[in-house]
Amino acid sequence: MLRSTLLAASALALLSGAVPSAQAEGIIGLVTKTDTNPFFVKMREGAAAAASELGYEFRSFAGRYDGDNETQVEAIESLIAAGAKGILLTPSDSAGIVPTVQKARDAGILVLALDTPLDPPDAADATFATDNYRAGLLVGEWAAAQMGDDIDDAKIALLDLSEAEITVDVARNQGFLTGFGVDVKDPNRMRDEDDPRIVGNDITQGAEAGGRQAMENLLMRDQGINVVYTINEPAAAGAYEALRSFGFADQAMIVSIDGGCPGVQNVAEGIIGATSMQFPLLMASLGVEAIHEYVTKGDLPEPTPGLDFFDTGVELVTDQPVDGLESISSAEGLEKCWG
Amino acid sequence: MTEATGAPGRRSMQDFEAALTGSATEVATFDEPRRSLLQQVQHFLHSHPTAVPVIVLLVSVLIFGSIANNFFTPFNLTLIVQQVTIIGILGIAMTLIILTAGIDLSVAAIMVLSTVVMGGLGVNLGIPSVIAVPIGLLCGIACGAVNGGLVTLFRLPPFIVTLGTWKIFFALVLWLSGGQSIRSQDIDIHAPLLKVFGGTFNLMGAQFTTGSVMMLILFIVFWYVLNWTAWGRHVYAVGDDREAAALSGINTNRVLMSVYAVAGGLCAFAGWVAIGRVGSVSPQSFFEGNLDAITAVVIGGTSLFGGRGSIIGTLVGALIVGVFRSGLNLSGVDVLWQQFAVGALIIIAVAIDQWLRKVSG
Repeated sequence: MLRSTLLAASALALLSGAVPSAQAEGIIGLVTKTDTNPFFVKMREGAAAAASELGYEFRSFAGRYDGDNETQVEAIESLIAAGAKGILLTPSDSAGIVPTVQKARDAGILVLALDTPLDPPDAADATFATDNYRAGLLVGEWAAAQMGDDIDDAKIALLDLSEAEITVDVARNQGFLTGFGVDVKDPNRMRDEDDPRIVGNDITQGAEAGGRQAMENLLMRDQGINVVYTINEPAAAGAYEALRSFGFADQAMIVSIDGGCPGVQNVAEGIIGATSMQFPLLMASLGVEAIHEYVTKGDLPEPTPGLDFFDTGVELVTDQPVDGLESISSAEGLEKCWG
Repeated sequence: MTEATGAPGRRSMQDFEAALTGSATEVATFDEPRRSLLQQVQHFLHSHPTAVPVIVLLVSVLIFGSIANNFFTPFNLTLIVQQVTIIGILGIAMTLIILTAGIDLSVAAIMVLSTVVMGGLGVNLGIPSVIAVPIGLLCGIACGAVNGGLVTLFRLPPFIVTLGTWKIFFALVLWLSGGQSIRSQDIDIHAPLLKVFGGTFNLMGAQFTTGSVMMLILFIVFWYVLNWTAWGRHVYAVGDDREAAALSGINTNRVLMSVYAVAGGLCAFAGWVAIGRVGSVSPQSFFEGNLDAITAVVIGGTSLFGGRGSIIGTLVGALIVGVFRSGLNLSGVDVLWQQFAVGALIIIAVAIDQWLRKVSG
């Protein structure tokens, strides 16, 4: 089993264009949560381009599904065995992968977390990520501004990723609620709020089918829902289908997070009100450059002031800008979107 | 007999029955001991395998109807039917295969692959959807035939075959789609036929989709086929005892092959219906659809050992899961307890199946 997975993983590395160059400076490995999500596809492109530019051999690995810790452990082990210089990792299980990361660091490999911090964050040498809390905060503030004086009449549906309280899921959810002006109680826990404006939480698995079903379930609890937060844009597309089938397409505003091209297109068509765009390609290329800096000069990147990671930025995309919130239009967004 | 051997004195040829004197003279009969109430229930359920899930469904509808707001409304009840549509159709395919004592882990992968083929041809390549849809359906049949071929020609266990093809078909999905969804609005413009099963109509406060009506029609068709056609009876026979079926003249390989191909076609059809329901073509969706389909079949009372069960049970099984999800949700129960409840249902269903298999007499 182990062997077949390793074989599959190395076959994948070959597929992703790992051509060892003659004057290779060493190996840089990328380990993503999955290879299904266009977000990680974009990340792989960014890392591969930066690595070949700087003369490194590039190898990429991926878990089989979001949350697949074992495959990521095997990937890091094989990178240790290959004597990699640096590893870029988007951890599926932020805490579970830490002992394996420590093994890699003990072997002298620089390990950078991308997109999702480790738990504890300093278990990686550095982290390049979207500030997911801020991404949620932006769409929350936007939604609050759109509601204006009617904010006390808001009825909020929260369409999360899963029930497992994954870091990204929690940060986006709590950021949104904070931005909207809801008392979130413990900011590290979802579903502990008691604000009567919240109709409920449901899970989507970050995909259209889940988004539709979750929205249907919450509409059955309260048909007056007028604010819909979604963990990502596929879930938002599913939620819109549910609203449309109930005949409520114009009643609710949908906000989301990610900045994938289909999502930005949905902003342009008024299906999603606003979305927070993140920059996977930048995360990956900055990560590769940081490894190069470390290998050649021994310098480590400094985290963004006030945060324990290097913030790769987030931009609010909407065609209904509000005062006091910087945003770009969907037309500008379509030029920057990923996937 | 002991009396015969031990009997002293002369014996003639005609006299041999004298040995029976004093011994029991009845012809062999079956024991008919008085059954306890529990055994009577066991017998009844053994001969009516759909009774348990039907009772569970009715009881759970009544319970949730009395404790959850908005549950017992025509709109919500028909919404549950909409929500189980995809898993229901996959469940038909899964029931056929489980009846042959097989299993198919690749059903959802075949379904998603077919949707990606339909969407890719119809939307991305601009091929007319009257052509794109049949090609998608053929793709499903071909995938099923691959499974069937490996199971029959190479005599590989279905679990292993479909474990492999599950991965392979999902890899093809990612290769063809690049992981990218096709947006609902683009389908509306380029290939509206793909969403034909998403159409809704209202009837006395209830909302139906053409997809959920199609699912009910498919259940009736396959109920008829399984019970009233030679092919249907052969499916049961092969699942019950493959060797006995072969000895009685059934071409078991041909039956198995056709079952897998039909199942593949059903999965592709489920994909067509799924595009209507989900709105978009999403390569990320239904990753656990195979397990959801097995869940519906098992809760519906079909035996994983083959040869026993009913297609209507699968519909009821899918509805039970839908009713639990909806009822617990409307009662405000946290999502993780919904998973817990479905898990408990599976174990109870299999325990009942094991108990029924031990039926005496």
